[in-house]
Amino acid sequence: MTQLRLTVNGAERESEAWPGESLLYFLRERLGLFGSKNACEQGECGSCSVFLDGELVCSCLVLAAAAEGAEIVTVEGLEDDPVAAAVREAMVAAGGVQCGFCTPGFVVAMTGLLRSNRHPSDLETREALSGNLCRCTGYVRIFEAVRQAGEALG
Amino acid sequence: MQVSVPKSLDAALGLLAEDPQAVLLAGGTDLMVAINFGRTRPEHIVSIARLPELKELATGEQVRCGAGVTYTRLLERVRDRALVDAARTVGSPQIRNAGTLGGNLGTCSPAGDTLPSLAALDATITVASQRSGERRVPFSGWMRGPKKPALEPGELVLRADWEEAGPAQVFLKAGTRNAMVIAVASLAMVVDRARRTVRVALGSVGPTIIRATAAEEMATGLLDEGGWERPLMPTEAAQARFGELVAAAARPIDDQRGTGAYRRHVIAVMARRALQRTGAAP
Repeated sequence: MTQLRLTVNGAERESEAWPGESLLYFLRERLGLFGSKNACEQGECGSCSVFLDGELVCSCLVLAAAAEGAEIVTVEGLEDDPVAAAVREAMVAAGGVQCGFCTPGFVVAMTGLLRSNRHPSDLETREALSGNLCRCTGYVRIFEAVRQAGEALG
Repeated sequence: MQVSVPKSLDAALGLLAEDPQAVLLAGGTDLMVAINFGRTRPEHIVSIARLPELKELATGEQVRCGAGVTYTRLLERVRDRALVDAARTVGSPQIRNAGTLGGNLGTCSPAGDTLPSLAALDATITVASQRSGERRVPFSGWMRGPKKPALEPGELVLRADWEEAGPAQVFLKAGTRNAMVIAVASLAMVVDRARRTVRVALGSVGPTIIRATAAEEMATGLLDEGGWERPLMPTEAAQARFGELVAAAARPIDDQRGTGAYRRHVIAVMARRALQRTGAAP
């Protein structure tokens, strides 16, 4: 075991960790941040999406020990983010949430998309969210939520 | 397990010189999957994901792309379409933000998405070790077999460089959807009209990336005849012949992603399209 100190949602967080564990494991099992979901552990599903130095990545593919010094923002860290707030409201209004398991990952990815592009075309939305899987909604309402959130943000 | 996070390239090379068995970690898109599923337990991981020296990306007539450049940065900055389109087919935005060109080269899979394009651009790979300094390897000598790059113990990939080749380039990839797909077959074709060269490279249809040299010679002949500065409109028969030559160069196997026969079929279709599209491009 080793001691890791990571910058998560603006705060220095320290915990013991196994050197080979993923950032996802560290967030959930060491820090109790359960918003990032653990599903595929191979970067396929996007439900563990976080921002690492501002870039959208799968936290299951980041070695926690190699993330020391990076700025990590999880879905919990988007609480006061205006773009994420619009995304959350639009997800509820458009019915983009069913079982909810994929939702945090989608909220992070949608926030990333709308930060750089307020009015993405349908194809841009599909490409931007192609790394997030949802088995309930069929995506139509999630794409609608992107549109509504973009509109609300002006 | 020990994890080292060197702060400089020199420090990384020093660690590799001390422990040539250390496993390099770049974007993590392959290695972390293997660790998460308990398929590998390296004794020593050296993370080079954030080394600034490997992030260099110089574009222009001579392109130099550091090993640590992600697919996202590459497709935003590079102008060679074959490589840009290949990078855009890698995984998803999350994967493209993490995965690197050096990782694709070091992993050295015949399904590595950027590798046919690097072959068709005739890229040169620069590697380095503390003991022997820098060494340059032409792409044609890079893949010694599936997952066997021309890296000696203690070496890591520094960068790839190539000459920008103009707009007559394509990359085509077949898979079950547009995102998150390991290629069933892929093809890169670069017609450099200024330098009068044609290169066609095939992915996922053999143990390494394969150059379709007979097809290259045929296309070169057509351009010699019709004029390199003019659009090439190949006849149906010429397209079919070109497809046959490409398919004949392939050495595909049956696996969980497709059969050898399907791969041979699809690579011929891709070849015909590539000849049409590069021919129509200026």
